[in-house]
Amino acid sequence: MTDPIVRPPKKDPQKVTRPPELPPLQRSRAALAMSAAASRGAFELQCCKACGAWMYPARDACPECLSVDLAWKPAPDGGEVIAETTIRTTVDLYFRQRTPWRVAMVKLDCGPSVVCHLHGDVEVPGRVRMTAQLDKGGNAVIMALPAKRTPNMADDPELRELTASPKHRRVLVTDGRSAVGQAVVEALVNAGAALVFVGIAEPWKPYPGEDRLKAHENVQTFAFDLTDTTSVQDLAGEIGGKTDILINTADHVRPGGILSAPGMITAKDSFDVNVFGLQRLAQAFGPGMVGRGADGTNSAAAFLDVLPVYALANTPDFGIHSATAAARLSMLQCLRSEMRAGGVRVMSVFTGPIEDDWRQPVPPPKVAPGQIAKAVIAALEGGIEDSFVGDVAKDVATRFRQDAKVLERELGA
Amino acid sequence: MTRIRPNPRRPYENVAVAVPVSIPYVRYSVESAHWWIARALSELTKRAGIRPADIDGLSVSSFTLSPDTAVGLTQHLGLSPRWLDNIPMGGASGVVALRRAARAVEAGDATIVACVGGDANQVDSFRKLLSSFSRFAQDASYPYGYGGPNGSFALLTDHYMRSFGARREDFGRICVDQRTNALGYPHAIMKKPLTMEDYLGARAIADPIHLFDCVMPCAGSEAFLVTTLDIAKDLGLPHARLASTIERHNAFVDDPIQMRGGWAVDVDELYAMAGMKPDDIDLVETYDDYPVIVMMQFEDLGFCKKGEGPDFVRSHSFTNDGNFPQNTSGGQLSAGQAGAGGGYLGLVEALRQVTHTALSKQVPDARTALVSGFGMINYDRGLCSGAAILEGVAP
Repeated sequence: MTDPIVRPPKKDPQKVTRPPELPPLQRSRAALAMSAAASRGAFELQCCKACGAWMYPARDACPECLSVDLAWKPAPDGGEVIAETTIRTTVDLYFRQRTPWRVAMVKLDCGPSVVCHLHGDVEVPGRVRMTAQLDKGGNAVIMALPAKRTPNMADDPELRELTASPKHRRVLVTDGRSAVGQAVVEALVNAGAALVFVGIAEPWKPYPGEDRLKAHENVQTFAFDLTDTTSVQDLAGEIGGKTDILINTADHVRPGGILSAPGMITAKDSFDVNVFGLQRLAQAFGPGMVGRGADGTNSAAAFLDVLPVYALANTPDFGIHSATAAARLSMLQCLRSEMRAGGVRVMSVFTGPIEDDWRQPVPPPKVAPGQIAKAVIAALEGGIEDSFVGDVAKDVATRFRQDAKVLERELGA
Repeated sequence: MTRIRPNPRRPYENVAVAVPVSIPYVRYSVESAHWWIARALSELTKRAGIRPADIDGLSVSSFTLSPDTAVGLTQHLGLSPRWLDNIPMGGASGVVALRRAARAVEAGDATIVACVGGDANQVDSFRKLLSSFSRFAQDASYPYGYGGPNGSFALLTDHYMRSFGARREDFGRICVDQRTNALGYPHAIMKKPLTMEDYLGARAIADPIHLFDCVMPCAGSEAFLVTTLDIAKDLGLPHARLASTIERHNAFVDDPIQMRGGWAVDVDELYAMAGMKPDDIDLVETYDDYPVIVMMQFEDLGFCKKGEGPDFVRSHSFTNDGNFPQNTSGGQLSAGQAGAGGGYLGLVEALRQVTHTALSKQVPDARTALVSGFGMINYDRGLCSGAAILEGVAP
């Protein structure tokens, strides 16, 4: 059984912050496909289209029949661990800071043998369940987990490196006025977050849910305006050094396309919140988080943005809103690369249309704030880079992967 | 489809191996691989009594020549061979170089082939070497704890111990006896005696691998000459006759973890070609980057059956005056591992022993030696294996 991690004591300001070293980064192009699957939380391996053989490590040709026609597919995740070791000495700077480190050889039920991280609760020899997760460098690694859940399983130190669990971490939620923001705060408290900082725009104006939000012991509210650079910098000055997870739930939504809603002011407002607001957040909080990527139990772990799935393809009835989402996605891609230096994950939770006043004309299914909150926690606890919440978001994501151009026609029909 | 039967191999009729050269190793050195290889070739020509221009065949193995290969080395060293080989097979390099050179000499493609293996070892070069070792290692083993070869062999050792009941003491016997042999070899890096107590009490590196299960990476080089028997005689060189060899890559792909090496595929041919049995071998030089692979070689080279390695070790002694002289200069575990030179160490030492020119303690009446090579943990297991039998020719 894993020992539960305990809430870390207050940081000693005289101690050197552990530098955020990264695990080995280099991968072949073929191996990147496993990272792409893992970014969505899937365990995929290569399978030969000609002879059906599963293979690992990533190849460019089938070792059974030499076919080059290979596909990445969801793979059976069962296996038998046949050997283990505990690495105690290594020349790699990342693992040097983290030894002892348990590693196993697992014979997969579908054939190949896999060198993998090994959860502390697995007995050798024995059955395991395999999972592919992104490591601190953003590449997929395979970990063998106990076949059945064990107590405090998520607290295993190797597994915690592969997630951004909110347990014992301090989290900023940017928009406490919205139902989505409030649902996320509630879920974080339940998931064991040590503190939740909540940004409130125009705090002198009352808002629904205010009493409930402020009733939580671990919740602190702050006056905060994403469209005001000084306000964002001020908050970062106050709590930036202890923000382990940042969750941006802000979204300025107005209906209308480019010709059908000609207001430049509305478009500017949307971009100011959705795109430049994200940029202000990243610029104010990002560097501090990057520096604290390996700072113990409550290291900086994730920068998560909840954004419309129409970032992938424009829905013309909310055309400008979709355009802000696309710009936002592009920003996140840039930020993901920049934050990797500190091992801090940049996560996207794509949602379908949310049940709110602005989207009354949008037909169901729509997403409830509670669903989004659940997806946010699942993304953090599972270390999932791209998650899609609600039926519409999943549907759009599937169509996008099949053919982005077809999706454009379907949404624009 | 027609099933193709492998061609029978022709025996070696006229291959001499001579002039064992070991340039003493150092733990760290600022010198380059080019420098270490040049020193070995210089020593080789001096001791053979030939000019560098007489070398018309060259075989090179080194991890640290980059960006050069054997080609760049010819110009760097002013050699003009008509036969050139570059063998990137790590611990199997010596045996494979010998195999190829032997056929070149027999065919008349070269008259005198210089085979050389060696590497630089500058501070931090081991870490850099590991990070770019192979695509599978880069993708699928180093991101997991980055134990390097220690991690890979820890898994193999753990599995072997579970499967066949080997204990740490069994591996310790190999390491302790090899250290005894090294104490008689002036070039060995390790100069202090090793007791079983020291071995068992050493710190863990990657369980069940402990400190004395690991080699010490260092800088150095090893070399020998391959030519015909009559030329060796004309030059007045003590030499050995090449009796037989084998080579195999990526054997037993269906084994879920390495439990045997490619030797097990070809071992019958090794003895048949030499007209010998395991009992006819006077000394054995195994590839010993970790003791578990030594134990597997005892099995796969026919000295005992699979799984009997632990018992074999318990009932034999491996010192130069023991009942199974093995790694008579201390092996890599005690002499050090000079990169690809590690694939030459056993061969060069065997050559000294069967020509009775040993620098270590001479194995009495040594006439035949079996030398084995093993190399290249591409992902989870060593892919290259080879072996050769040498027979000393009376002067």
